[in-house]
Amino acid sequence: MTPDQRRIDQLDATWHDAPGLWGFLTTVDHKRIAARYIVTALLLMFLAGMLALDMRWQLSVPENTRMSPQLFNESFSLHGSTMLFLVSVPVMEAMAIWLVPLMLGTRNLAFPRLGAFSFWLYLGGVLTLWIAHALDITPDLGWFEYPPLSGPSYSPGHRADIWAQMITFTEVAALAASVNVAATILKMRPPGMTLARMPVFLWAMLVSSIMTILSMPAIMLVTSMLIADRMVSTHFFAPASGGDVLLFQHLFWFFGHPEVYIIFIPATGFVSSIVETFSRRPLFGHSVLVLAIMAIGSLAFGLWVHHMFAVGLPRLGNDFYTAASMAIAVPAGLQIFCWIATMWSGRPWLATPMLWMLGFVSTFVIGGLSGVMTASAALDLQLTDTYFIVAHLHYVLVGGAMFPLFGAFCYWYPKATGRLMSEAWGKLAFVLIVGGFNLGFFPMHFLGLMGMPRRVYTYPEGMGWDLLNQVATAGSAITVMGGLVFVANALVSYWRGRPSGPNPWHGSTLEWAVPAPTPSWNFAYTPVVSSLTPMWDEGPLKVVDGIAIERREVLVTTVTDAAPIYRQKSAGPSIWPLVSALAVTAMFLGSIFTPWAIPIGAVPIGAALTGWFWPERGRAKTGPFAVRA
Amino acid sequence: MNSRSMALLGMVLLAGCSGVQSPLVPSGDQAGALHNLFWLMVVVCGGIYLLVIAGLAWGLMRVRRQSATTSDHTASDKRLDKGVWVAAAVIVAGLTVLIVGSFLADRALFATRGQSAMMVRVTGYQWWWRIEYRDPAGNRWIETANELHLPAGRTTRVQLGSADVIHSFWVPNVAGKLDLIPGRRNQLDLTPRREGWFRGQCAEFCGTQHAHMAFDVKVESPATFDAWLAGQGRNATTPAASERGQGVFAQNCAACHGIRGTLAYGRAGPDLTHIASRRSIAAGTLPMSRGGLQGWIAQPQALKPGTAMPTIPLSAADANAVAQYLAGLK
Repeated sequence: MTPDQRRIDQLDATWHDAPGLWGFLTTVDHKRIAARYIVTALLLMFLAGMLALDMRWQLSVPENTRMSPQLFNESFSLHGSTMLFLVSVPVMEAMAIWLVPLMLGTRNLAFPRLGAFSFWLYLGGVLTLWIAHALDITPDLGWFEYPPLSGPSYSPGHRADIWAQMITFTEVAALAASVNVAATILKMRPPGMTLARMPVFLWAMLVSSIMTILSMPAIMLVTSMLIADRMVSTHFFAPASGGDVLLFQHLFWFFGHPEVYIIFIPATGFVSSIVETFSRRPLFGHSVLVLAIMAIGSLAFGLWVHHMFAVGLPRLGNDFYTAASMAIAVPAGLQIFCWIATMWSGRPWLATPMLWMLGFVSTFVIGGLSGVMTASAALDLQLTDTYFIVAHLHYVLVGGAMFPLFGAFCYWYPKATGRLMSEAWGKLAFVLIVGGFNLGFFPMHFLGLMGMPRRVYTYPEGMGWDLLNQVATAGSAITVMGGLVFVANALVSYWRGRPSGPNPWHGSTLEWAVPAPTPSWNFAYTPVVSSLTPMWDEGPLKVVDGIAIERREVLVTTVTDAAPIYRQKSAGPSIWPLVSALAVTAMFLGSIFTPWAIPIGAVPIGAALTGWFWPERGRAKTGPFAVRA
Repeated sequence: MNSRSMALLGMVLLAGCSGVQSPLVPSGDQAGALHNLFWLMVVVCGGIYLLVIAGLAWGLMRVRRQSATTSDHTASDKRLDKGVWVAAAVIVAGLTVLIVGSFLADRALFATRGQSAMMVRVTGYQWWWRIEYRDPAGNRWIETANELHLPAGRTTRVQLGSADVIHSFWVPNVAGKLDLIPGRRNQLDLTPRREGWFRGQCAEFCGTQHAHMAFDVKVESPATFDAWLAGQGRNATTPAASERGQGVFAQNCAACHGIRGTLAYGRAGPDLTHIASRRSIAAGTLPMSRGGLQGWIAQPQALKPGTAMPTIPLSAADANAVAQYLAGLK
């Protein structure tokens, strides 16, 4: 049903943000919030990539003295912490925040203000780490800071505290985003979108959100214990006082391993959407893909010890974790099979987003297979902490998550901006990034097998590592050039790109029903769904009416069958999420320096939350209660 | 394909590499078991990778007859449904081979655990290795640093501990790595077979100079080893015409370094009783030479920034005398 102009005007009036800076600070529009998340994460990806290039330059010749050991150690710590905590996880959440309401045919997230709060707190974590870097208190112990090296005796000063508190920021932000995404997917699906008719993308986002909710508490606990050890001498990790250094590793990896899948599973959602659209047929094996995602999500919690095979744990346990780690190849392999089967039985259209899927399969599978090698408790003793692992983790994270992300960026770019990115420049960027990446990282497998440990700022001559290191450096430089082409293409297309219309790729899911760029209210009417690919069904999209347009309202449906149950007020713009995030930021930063920051800092947080949740007089604003019944 | 040409290039390079610190040049039982497992993995995983790429290529190049988006896929999907089971079966079969291979290799690593073996204690420090041998003749430990000697054909049991942070002991030609963890004691059995010099290196990030925490490993015939150990067990013999050097050492260095047979009892740094018999200085930072010793004494912070060894202001003549003294401690 095409909305008339009066309806559009009314929706605009109800859902618009205040103009100017105030609107910028108070908005709860999921698309604006997600755009901020994504731009911030891409900027950080560029900065952390520059650090990587700097390190590759240092390692291109043996005995190089260009970087001091301290600078090199800071560089890889900042690179890893930024990429894992501030880029990979948040950017996947951001894609969910953007796309989940659109794919559900709804007007906003379940908790709009929580979405805004999540971004502001994430920004607090970003600024904590990078302003600390500008002030030369950069963490310098890697992206997992094992005690006792990170404890009070061996890391005086505040570098380790900055790292630990940056994690607290990003984890609170991630929890807020995940709760929001999970609630939105479970309770705000359009009528007809039963769990069985839910696109794989939404399953991926649901499972990774639940994994985030289950795993993040472990890392917040462990970094808080580390801070307590450092600040108030709790001795959790001090063996001389009865503590145990391995406790840290167990808790860290209980989060750290699921984290890898929290990054990878959303990427499988992107792949499923893109492969379906560009194979021009409904995804083959929908149930297999959904079950595979669930299997990966469950198994991910049972194999953290494979990061610890070299610490000397009991062997029976190691055997269990070997089998569990390898078992994850079964669901992952079936996913790959389903995607290839979809291409095989469809009519593949090799536009840029689809090229990224080919890059993903051919690169990620290498990372998956090197993962099978390192999953062996025995063989891992030769592979762990070498450049083989550096190669492996980049193949899974870049090949398995970033390539799908780049494809997703090209795929949904017209939805966000109303314009298409250039195909020619997009293909050039694809060739440079995928080619440069493989040239840069494949030799690292050999470096590891030739004995080069990771995290070394230099290496002696005569080890036979020189040439491969130079090749790796050249590959990294080519990748960075490709990245610049990609970003330039995105920027130029923003102003010069060809107008796309609402559905340039003839996509199958609901986000392609809304105009591009998307209005603040997303959908004029709530769509009704009767298949997995509603945009490919015969006839126009069916809709229901009944959700208010003169106040912010959304439809809430049942968890399993998506039967409408009630209309729900959707929170409007507010400054309180920002104020609350500032209060939390003040407490987190203060707690680096004194434990008193926690009780004292709780007061402004309480005040801000009181403002946030101050009851609104719903009746006076929205008319007689009977209208809402 | 990019990665495959890289693989070929890699093979060529491996043939020419030095191989003193490489899992691909196994020189002991444990490394040999892992080397076999590695190639089993490469074959199985490489085969699976080729299947995936072939499937992808076939999927893209196949001639298609379907005409529209909404065309009926039920016929081809029925065939593909069977494919899901085939794919699952192939993966499970491959993984079964690898898991069994992994368990067998794991058993091989611990095959010597029940037997008696020579005990060596290795303790990690930021950033060097204290190495202590059980004296076969008596109840004491013979101490040295940064150089491990192993008898070929016999099993040596290394007890791993740490004095400060977590380190990891790795001699890839002989065995896989095992961490040195404060508050814990790990044991690693080494059964080297091929004689020669190898290199080990710390594999767990341990602070500023993690990159310069290596050690030399000499695998030698049991007779040579016994002679070496007997030599290491003897006190230092003060070299001729080095009284001045010994005096300067006693005043400036003995608080941290020990030299058995003299009044230098320090334990904070490496034992130097037979330092000149070793192959390198400062945990693999410099090759052993008289000039290297003198340079290290003069400028430790320039050669290994962050090392616990302080720069001690010595006159040129004193530094020369200390270097001469140490260079004589064979």
